[in-house]
Amino acid sequence: MTEHVTQAAYLVAAALFVFSLRWMSHPKTARRGVAAGVGGMALAVFGTLLHPEIVAFHWIAIAAVVGTLIGIPLSRVALTAVPQRTALSHAFGGLAAGLVGTAKFSLWLPEGELTGFRTGAIAVEVLLGFLTFTGSLMAAGKLQEVIPTRPITYRGQNFINLTLLAIALLAGVGLVLDPTLWALFPVLVVLSLLFGVLLILPIGGADMPTVISLLNSYAGLAAVAMGFVLENKVLIIAGALDGSSGLILSIIMCRAMNRSFTNVLFGAFGQVQASTKGAAEQKPVKSATAQDAADLLEMAREVVVVPGYGLAVAQAQHRAFELYEQLQKRGIRCRFAIHPVAGRMPGHMNVLLAEANVPYDALAEMDDINGDLPQVDVAIVVGANDVVNPAARHDQSSPIYGMPIIDVDKCKTVLAIKRTMNPGFAGIDNELYTADNTLMLFGDAKAVLSEVVKALSGESGMGH
Amino acid sequence: MHQLDFWSMTFVFMLATFVGIDVIRNVSRLLHTPLMSLTNAISAIAVVGSVIIAGEQKTTFSLVLGTIAVAASVTNIVSGFLITDRMLKMFRQQGANR
Repeated sequence: MTEHVTQAAYLVAAALFVFSLRWMSHPKTARRGVAAGVGGMALAVFGTLLHPEIVAFHWIAIAAVVGTLIGIPLSRVALTAVPQRTALSHAFGGLAAGLVGTAKFSLWLPEGELTGFRTGAIAVEVLLGFLTFTGSLMAAGKLQEVIPTRPITYRGQNFINLTLLAIALLAGVGLVLDPTLWALFPVLVVLSLLFGVLLILPIGGADMPTVISLLNSYAGLAAVAMGFVLENKVLIIAGALDGSSGLILSIIMCRAMNRSFTNVLFGAFGQVQASTKGAAEQKPVKSATAQDAADLLEMAREVVVVPGYGLAVAQAQHRAFELYEQLQKRGIRCRFAIHPVAGRMPGHMNVLLAEANVPYDALAEMDDINGDLPQVDVAIVVGANDVVNPAARHDQSSPIYGMPIIDVDKCKTVLAIKRTMNPGFAGIDNELYTADNTLMLFGDAKAVLSEVVKALSGESGMGH
Repeated sequence: MHQLDFWSMTFVFMLATFVGIDVIRNVSRLLHTPLMSLTNAISAIAVVGSVIIAGEQKTTFSLVLGTIAVAASVTNIVSGFLITDRMLKMFRQQGANR
C-alpha cells in the first residue's frame, strides 16, 4: 500500500516539475513555476519518507537543518555573485550523487548484489558526480576570483586529461566485468575528482557562461545515473530535465560565441591572442563630454543601450535605469540590447537590469533588435566590448571572427563609455571606437552615466 | 528482471529528455539565470536517494555519506527555490508596480 502512495507521489511530483519549467516560458507565469517546483519536491520527499527501509529519522533531520542553514544565506547573495552560487550548487549536486553512488557500492558489495548493470550505473554516477563536484568548485573559484581567471595551460594538457579520463573509464569497465575488483573503485573516485579540476584549469573567464551550463548538464546526468542505480523514475525524470536544460543553454552559449564544445573545453580561449596590433594604423578617436551626449540624446527618437558585464562591475545599473527613465519621460524610446553572453552566466544581464527596476519589455535580445539598429539614433555602449566589435563580421584574422554581435556600428551615432582606450577582456582591438560615427565618453561607467543623466534632467525645464 | 528494468528506465530517460528539450526551448531568454537556479533545485531531487541511504543506517560509512548527501541536496533545494523566486520578483512589466 505505502508503495503505491510513494509511487503516486513521485508521479505527481514529476508532472509538477514539467509544469514548473513550462511556466518559465514567460515572466508573468514564472513564479507559479517556482511554486510548482516546491510542491513537486515536497511530494517527492514525502513519498520517500514513507519508505519502509528508513529506520531512523534523526540524521536526516540534522542534515536537513544543516542544509537549510547553508542554503538560506546562499540564496541572499548579491546578484553579481549569482554565477558563483550557481556553480557552487552544481558542486553540491555532484557531491550528493557521488556520495550516494559510493554508499550504494559499499552496501551492495558484501551483499553480492552488484550486478553488471548496477555497477555500470554506479560507475557513471560516481564519475559524473565527482567530476562535477570538483569542476564546479573550480568554476566557482574562478568566478569569485579566488583562483586566477586566466586559463592555466601546460604542454600535453589535453593528452594528460584524456588519458586520465580513459583510465577512469577503464576502471569503470573493470568493475562492471568483476565487481570484486573493488580496489578499482577508489581509483575511479580519485581520477574523477582529479579530472574535474584539470578540465576547468585551462578554461578562461570569458568561457564561464558555457562551462556553467555544461556543468549544469553534468549535474543533471549524475542525478539520472542515480535514478538508474536506485531504480527510481522521478530521479531519472528530474535529472533529465536538468540535463536537457544545461545542454540547451550550453548550445545557446556556444552559438553566441561561434565556438564548438570541444573548442571551449580544449581551446584555452583568452590566452593565446595573436597580436595583430602593430600593422594597423591608429585612427584618431573622437571624444565627447556628458553635455554633448545629453544634447544628442535630447534630439533622438530612438535610443539603444548595450550593457556588458563592465556595467555591473561599476555598479552602474541604477544609473542606466535613471537614464532610461529620463528618456521615457521625453517620449524617446529606449531599449536595452542584450547579447546572450553578456554577464557571467546565461541571462545574467537581464537579472542585473531587472534588479535596477528596468522593466522586462525594455530588454531586447540581440537577434530581435539587430534589424532595428539602422533606425536607431543613438546607441550607448556601457561596459561591453567584444560583443559590439564589427571585426567579428569581416576580419577573418580576428579571434572573434564569426561571433554574432550587436550591430551598433549601424546606428546613426554610437556613444561608447570606457575608462581608457585599453583593449577589453579578451585583449582584442575594437575598431568601433575609431569609427566615424562613434564618440567616446571616457571615465567610470557609473560616473559618466550620472553626469549624462544630470545634464539631461537639467535641461528638462527649458522646453522646445 | 534487471534487463526489463533497464529498458523501461531508458525509455523514461529518453522521453523525459525530449520533454525537457521541448519545454526548455520555450523558456523566455530573459529568464535563463532563474531557469538555471530552478533546475538546480529540481535536480536536488537527489535528496530522495540520499534520504534512503541516511535513513537505512546500514553501516556507519553509508550513514555518514548519506547524511552529507542529504545536507548537500537540502542546501540546493532551499537556496535554489529561494533565489529563483527572489530573482523572478524583480521582473516587472513597463508601468507595473513592484
